[in-house]
Amino acid sequence: MYKVKVYVTLRESVLDPQGTAVKGALHSLSYTEVKDVRIGKFMELVIEESGRDINELVREMCEKLLANPVIEDYRYEIEEAVAR
Amino acid sequence: MKFAVIVFPGSNCDVDMYHAIADELGEEVEYVWHDEDNLDRFDAILLPGGFSYGDYLRSGAIARFSKVMAAVKQAAEAGKPVLGVCNGFQILLEAGLLPGAMRRNQGLKFICRPVRLTVENNETMFTSAYEKGEVITIPIAHGEGNYYCDEQTLKRLIENRQIVFRYHGENPNGSLADIAGIVNERGNVLGMMPHPERAVDALLGSADGLKLFRSIVNYWRETHVVTA
Repeated sequence: MYKVKVYVTLRESVLDPQGTAVKGALHSLSYTEVKDVRIGKFMELVIEESGRDINELVREMCEKLLANPVIEDYRYEIEEAVAR
Repeated sequence: MKFAVIVFPGSNCDVDMYHAIADELGEEVEYVWHDEDNLDRFDAILLPGGFSYGDYLRSGAIARFSKVMAAVKQAAEAGKPVLGVCNGFQILLEAGLLPGAMRRNQGLKFICRPVRLTVENNETMFTSAYEKGEVITIPIAHGEGNYYCDEQTLKRLIENRQIVFRYHGENPNGSLADIAGIVNERGNVLGMMPHPERAVDALLGSADGLKLFRSIVNYWRETHVVTA
């Protein structure tokens, strides 16, 4: 069993309207040191051992469905969950 | 001529689309549930607006994998007119039938009101009944209509005259190059954020959307009906 954490964010080159609004809110709370805010998605997947390479599998799922490569970047972390 | 209105769980403009075709245009139309796999009996495919699969993950991201989308792809490859409105446009983008992607509206708000559009290209099977540069009024209703593509794609869209509708006067959602609707390179797949099916009768505030559906019918008659 693997526990996989997937992070999806808008690409650097794509303006993030939500992030911009949150940055403005932080500035209005006088956190003027905040230079940039990017808002993304966090997903946790629990994946059973299937004989396929786990990295290959996760990358495939990210590119097919979990992220839209036109506007989004993704990264992930794999943790091997302890077998019960 | 026979139209298909594809219905996904969460579609909500399917009835308006059906009404536009059946009552305003007087053509044949049928609802098609997302798990059908054959669209051979139809001459044109309509993907209506709404919130397919609750817009979970991204608008259109889940709908694009439904069974019917393979048949929509086939219809597009066969050269049949395929029109995606609003969520239908988002599905076409996610499916790769049109280039680019949608971001949240620049102002972050869901916007529901009539907007003015310029008909940039009236030489498509969807817009031949309009004048070139005609300014029309059609309502929008979306939270994610902020069109984006990379520079190369934009250049191609302009060169091939694939930008069919642009927002006129004011851009409501921040979309790149004021884009409101684009066609694929072949010109038979149109995606647009404004809702032509909600503008088919003066009673609704505008009948400017009607010409879009008429254009499709005219195109089909010209190519399929042999005159004696």
